[in-house]
Amino acid sequence: MSDIFTGSFRVVAAGDSALIVEFEERIDPVVNDRAIAVAEAIQGAAIAGVRDVVPTYRSVAVYFDPLRTDYDRLVAQLREQSQRPAATSGVGRPPLRIPVCYGGDFGPDLPAVAEFGQMSEAEAIQIHAGTIYRVFMVGFVPGFAYMGIVDARIAAPRHATPRVRVPPGTVGIAGVQTGIYPAQTPGGWQLIGRTPVKPFDATRPEAFLMKAGDAVEFYAIDRVEYDRLT
Amino acid sequence: MSAARVVKAGMLTTIQDRGRWGLQSRGVPVAGPMDPVSHRLANVLVGNDPDAATLEVTLLGPQLDFEDERVIAVTGAEFEILVDGKPMPMHAPFIVPAESQLRFGARLRGARAYIAIAGGIVVPATLGSRSTHLISGMGGIDGRPIRAGDRLPLGDPGCTRRSAAALAQPVVQLPEGGAVIRVLAGPQREYFSDDALNVLQSAPYAIGQNSDRMGFRLTGPRLSHSRGADIISDATPLGVLQVPASGQPILLMADRQTAGGYPKIATVITADISVAGQLCPGDTITFRVCTPGEAIAALIAQERALMAVET
Repeated sequence: MSDIFTGSFRVVAAGDSALIVEFEERIDPVVNDRAIAVAEAIQGAAIAGVRDVVPTYRSVAVYFDPLRTDYDRLVAQLREQSQRPAATSGVGRPPLRIPVCYGGDFGPDLPAVAEFGQMSEAEAIQIHAGTIYRVFMVGFVPGFAYMGIVDARIAAPRHATPRVRVPPGTVGIAGVQTGIYPAQTPGGWQLIGRTPVKPFDATRPEAFLMKAGDAVEFYAIDRVEYDRLT
Repeated sequence: MSAARVVKAGMLTTIQDRGRWGLQSRGVPVAGPMDPVSHRLANVLVGNDPDAATLEVTLLGPQLDFEDERVIAVTGAEFEILVDGKPMPMHAPFIVPAESQLRFGARLRGARAYIAIAGGIVVPATLGSRSTHLISGMGGIDGRPIRAGDRLPLGDPGCTRRSAAALAQPVVQLPEGGAVIRVLAGPQREYFSDDALNVLQSAPYAIGQNSDRMGFRLTGPRLSHSRGADIISDATPLGVLQVPASGQPILLMADRQTAGGYPKIATVITADISVAGQLCPGDTITFRVCTPGEAIAALIAQERALMAVET
């Protein structure tokens, strides 16, 4: 089970029931596109014994049943899949537009983010809402999309001590990442607003709003509009 | 539909099937039993599908009233088990008559027992699984542990086949105060100092009080990072040992999150996951690095022992 290096990716074992296909070690849409394409190819190949395929920023985890397949056979199949042209990811599709009521009680850290960028709150909102983000991965809790890349001027670092409770729908920034808390959880991100949209709802036919590779754009709404949409 | 009524819930009793697989790419944790072998065995003993939902009992067992006659089996951690006051065997199917009560007495060894009931517990599935995930509040009954007054809906036992076999010897060797757990190096072994794997094996680690179904916080020999304690967030497999800046590892278990940003020095082999699942705060783990060949051989041996019960 030694590491296998081929050009620009390598395969590492994570115990006897998972392996990780790793690409270049950086947060980069090009690298992420490769990871998503390989994940889709593995998923699409419906390989016997594969239990779960999880693309992340720069890697793909493949969970398998070692009694139904084995590491070497799986690696051979992965290599075959990685030769295929990249399948469809979100690139080129129109971005998903998500309304956000910025600031006030919903975004207690908006003043700090504006101060970080030495600008007004209105300018910080304009920058956050004026960027098209990529969903790099979904993880942490069901439906939490790690999005980027946040403009360096408002890329304030996360809090040293996380808040104990962040309300669902809260939009936050952590460095170059932005995201929406789908459920009430603890959280250390800079909270700048809230959306009436639910990223995850197990009772909906399509439970998840976003998947890795999607494009997302935020737009500002006022409190009246927020209440109307809730 | 017939049901079992919860009279006392026990310390932490959750409904678990094999887990919510296939949605980790959407951030959905797998959950499932902490001791998957004992979960499967309990189902096999009452003739259920191996994926049927059972009750996972933690340290202190429940008290259940049954409306109709059911075949049940209890596996995993050893408890005194009583039906209307009469002692019943572990690791063997037995009948609970209609309108009678199953009660757990003293715990002898291990941390988690599994109660399989013929027909299974048929609460509605969420995203394809009945497993309770406590943090996201998903599965089981409203995503929480069972509590007194709950009614556990039971499936049709007619379509199950009672296994004749009782178990000659336990498949999971129950730990007493501690266990040797085998690991494979990686997936981020290169983020640690050269001697880190030796340090990991040099003395036992104690399982901290703030350990739960999500993970065991361990205290023991400090592991040194060589390239910092942050990685670009990636997947967190079952049994992986992630190491934050403190150098004290966290063993990720059934309710683990789907991804994390700490380097991971080693991963518990699948054959030893169930033993780890029988540990609780205060117990110790002695890690031993093994080879992939040893890991698979141990898993095949475990599978043979399980299949011997199934046939």
